[in-house]
Amino acid sequence: MINDTLQNRRWVIAGVFSAFVLLYIIQLFSLQIIETKYKSGAESNALLKKTIFPPRGLIYDRNNTLLVYNKPAYDIVLIMREIRGLDTLDFCRSLNISKSYFINRIAEIKDRKKNLGYSSYTPQIFMTQLNSEDIATFQQSLYKYPGFYVQNRTLREYAYPNAAHIFGSIGEVSWNDIEKDPYYKQGDYSGRDGVEYTYEKSLRGKKGVEILLRDSRGRIKGKYRDGEMDEAPVAGSNLMLTIDINLQKIGEELLNGKIGSAVAIEPKTGEILAMVSNPGFDPSILVGRSRSANYSALLKDPTKPLMNRATQATYPPGSTFKPIQALVCLELGGITERTLFGCNGKNSTPIKCTHSHGSPVTLLNAIEQSCNPYFWHAFRSTIEKEGYGEKNAIFKKNYQAWIDAMYSFGFGHRFEDSDVYEQSRGNIPSQKYFNRYFGETGWRAMTIRSLSIGQGEVLVTPLQLANSMAAIANDGYYVTPHLNKSDTMLLRRHETVVKKEHFPIVDEGMWRVFEFGTGRYYKINEVTMCGKTGTVQNPHGKDHSLFVGYAPRENPVIAIVVVVENAGFGATWAAPVASLMMEQYINGKIERKELYDRISTTVLNPNVKKR
Amino acid sequence: MSKRDSIQYALDWTTVFYFILLVTMGWISIYGASYDFEFEGSILDFDQRAGKQFIWILTAFALGGAILLIDHRIFNYFAYVIYAAVILLLIITIFVAPEIKGSRSWLVLGPVSFQPAELAKMATALALAKFMSRYNYRIRNWRDLIPLAFFVLLPFGLIILQKETGSALVFVAFLLMFYREGMKGLVLLLVTLAVVLFVVVIRFSISPIAEDRGTWGMVLAMGIILLIQFVYAFFYTRHRREAFFLMGGTMLFAVVSVVLNKWFVVNYDYVALGIAGASGIYWLFVELFKRYRKYMLLVLITFVSIGFSYTADQLFNRMLEPHQQIRIKVLLNMEDDLAGAGYNVNQSKIAIGSGGFFGKGFLNGTQTKLKYVPEQDTDFIFCTVGEEHGFIGSVFVLIIYWLLLMRILTIAERQREDFHRIYAYCVASILFFHLMINVGMVLGLMPVIGIPLPFFSYGGSSLWGFTIMLFILLRLDASRLERGR
Repeated sequence: MINDTLQNRRWVIAGVFSAFVLLYIIQLFSLQIIETKYKSGAESNALLKKTIFPPRGLIYDRNNTLLVYNKPAYDIVLIMREIRGLDTLDFCRSLNISKSYFINRIAEIKDRKKNLGYSSYTPQIFMTQLNSEDIATFQQSLYKYPGFYVQNRTLREYAYPNAAHIFGSIGEVSWNDIEKDPYYKQGDYSGRDGVEYTYEKSLRGKKGVEILLRDSRGRIKGKYRDGEMDEAPVAGSNLMLTIDINLQKIGEELLNGKIGSAVAIEPKTGEILAMVSNPGFDPSILVGRSRSANYSALLKDPTKPLMNRATQATYPPGSTFKPIQALVCLELGGITERTLFGCNGKNSTPIKCTHSHGSPVTLLNAIEQSCNPYFWHAFRSTIEKEGYGEKNAIFKKNYQAWIDAMYSFGFGHRFEDSDVYEQSRGNIPSQKYFNRYFGETGWRAMTIRSLSIGQGEVLVTPLQLANSMAAIANDGYYVTPHLNKSDTMLLRRHETVVKKEHFPIVDEGMWRVFEFGTGRYYKINEVTMCGKTGTVQNPHGKDHSLFVGYAPRENPVIAIVVVVENAGFGATWAAPVASLMMEQYINGKIERKELYDRISTTVLNPNVKKR
Repeated sequence: MSKRDSIQYALDWTTVFYFILLVTMGWISIYGASYDFEFEGSILDFDQRAGKQFIWILTAFALGGAILLIDHRIFNYFAYVIYAAVILLLIITIFVAPEIKGSRSWLVLGPVSFQPAELAKMATALALAKFMSRYNYRIRNWRDLIPLAFFVLLPFGLIILQKETGSALVFVAFLLMFYREGMKGLVLLLVTLAVVLFVVVIRFSISPIAEDRGTWGMVLAMGIILLIQFVYAFFYTRHRREAFFLMGGTMLFAVVSVVLNKWFVVNYDYVALGIAGASGIYWLFVELFKRYRKYMLLVLITFVSIGFSYTADQLFNRMLEPHQQIRIKVLLNMEDDLAGAGYNVNQSKIAIGSGGFFGKGFLNGTQTKLKYVPEQDTDFIFCTVGEEHGFIGSVFVLIIYWLLLMRILTIAERQREDFHRIYAYCVASILFFHLMINVGMVLGLMPVIGIPLPFFSYGGSSLWGFTIMLFILLRLDASRLERGR
């Protein structure tokens, strides 16, 4: 049998087993008997890793004004084993807490179901994020409470009560975060939204480690290897934002008492100069111990102050869509600069005109007077110009060209290469959408006529709308709107499909709005301005008031969008807000004090909390 | 029914004694590891780990007893069925298991969670034993080898998919059993060679000889390959003249390249590669001209080893996850990362070292209780033994394991049926592999691979898995005195 010869292999296997057991016994001998550094008598045989938290990066505005900085905060930490002879009443008094709070908190710490990693030997957090006033008396009498320690941390502090949506806030990390990024440990803080979230990795810096020696009862006996293995914390990198805090502040004041938003962009660079969303809140209320209470109050507020309307709210653009519509129709050959269409005023079909002016209308007049029938005709001749074709194929091809042109202005999608947190997509309705809704051949230009005047299914965010104004100001391209004032962001340049030659006429039309049209009351002295108002029907009540524009007409430095929800005519509310903001940015101050006072004190929605 | 047939008479009580001893010591150690001076909980407190383990131990005893009552032929008849059922369980686990500590290997049924991978070892052992005990089975036959690979690789792959790399590695242990059943000893040597080359290349690839002159890793690896050629020629084929030619040529080239380096930049990597490759070709010529068959193997080993050495770096960087790379680097002293990955092993060594000769005494270990040692009641349980019971206690535990392994080998060799013997070798191999990796890791001699210490570590799945595996062996062994088949 073959096994007879193989039987001796038993001894080889037994030899392998024995060799490893012997090897391990030798290693045990060397660790436990020869090596002296591990000897039980040695006092210093355990290491304690103490984390040193780095200060978070500071945030500045475009003019190097400090916006967000750090203030010291303190955690009170205890080691249960080391607590001796505690005068509980005295302790509670020094921290200004009740005795029942103290008893509850100790019970919570000891409860292993809630506090999984509990050990009476390791530091446990007793109270967090106390400020220096809270801790002052306690720190003086700390010697009376053995077993209690104070751990330093930092909290955010804000120089201005503004721009909360841009900054975002900092909160405790979740288990999910810890699993995704092992940098975080339980109890750490990280940016939850806004730029604090987007730039978390550079703002947070790098935690340091101090390795301390402890004796067998857990007492600290100094630094391990004289601190040779310690790692110093690396402070977070500072961040310079593109916003102008004065403009941001003026914007927030002007929208006081109203629901709405304003976005201002520097056209050449795509830098966001201001991004206002009202109602907002003071960013400092989401810091420290009061964060959770304030957060849930904001969450319950029916006016949704936590929402950044500038990037998350979507509106039909209404008449503010007309400049873009004109450009796209010119590019796709639906109209030329000399095309005329008739307007029957209030009797026009299928879309009425809301303004009174002569007929037929030129493109320039149509923009200036916001003539609805003109844009309906232009839209139709663009997508219908070659007829419908077999199964509407030609029509659909032209409609797709229109969609693509709209996409090239930044509508219908998020700015994926932007650092702006939480954007909405908006909507440029697709062929698929209409096919599903009306059937494959069931829709024509007539069916989707609302799109021609920026109503119906088309939805845009204020940020997208502002970006499209930057594209017009730049005669055909935009740089992705962004918040980080860094040159690398400027490389994210996108061309629109519209050729440069089509822009001057739209530019002139928008200039006429300020000279002769709906914007004429809000001109700034000695500045040539271009703009367009919009009064947008919506199912949620009174019309939204919109304004888009840029200034000066030659070499524009600011493109702006203002939306005031349920406020009525675009010219009444949005236009003055935008005009005042442009004045602030271009002239550095506001001379129309009367207008400013009137707008900033008017309350259109009584539910909006005053700050 | 004669006395010889009764289970009490035929049962191998020695093994049962070792089993009970290990389980009890494990239980006491778990109590020690999770003991808190503050709470001073009882060893039977069912909210604590030790109390829970007590329940697992009682159920494991019941399970073992039940297995002893089953007809031993059942395990042979149903070997494939059991295997298929466990495979199915492994597949289901991949899809339904929640993610716990990065792996998807736990089936959660209400308050109890179970790791099917622990059963896979037993099931694979049964299936292998059954297949290899077929009439006229030859392990050196290619056609008989493919099913073996299938039986092992299927559960291996499924456990890898559950991200339990440690548990999957255990299947390597079957190589020892294959060796006993007739696999060429050369395979074991080659596996050892691969490990050595891998370690050398990884360890020394960071130590350059001089700037732009290559690294020690490659030069040492090529040196090992040359040494193998020399030993092979010198002792195995007894062509001593050729062996000395080889040595002389190598020396000459080495000296020439060092001298040349005075004037030119010579990359020693390529010199070493050149020498090893050239000698491989030299052996090929010896083979062709002398028509001496034995050299073909050497030529093959030479070139495969060279290829392996040059890809080891890539394998290390691409196949292993970053945390696994760090564990190996720490083991090889390439990174002294006491604050990070090296922390666990360093703390573990400190805890064991602080135990000294007699240990600090039961429940007096502070290092483990201060929670410096991670996983102190599961993978790092041996620390508690080392700290509280010292050198004496640790050696005692190791000796018990050694006695158990030797006992299983004795049991294996006294079986009349191949199925029984093969299964017994599977059990011995698996227990040995766990012991080798787990204790080696705790002592800082093996990379950190999270597999439990059999019968010792906290956890129902592993205790049940090992108990079932061992008691099936005992049941099979108890049938050896029965007459007829």
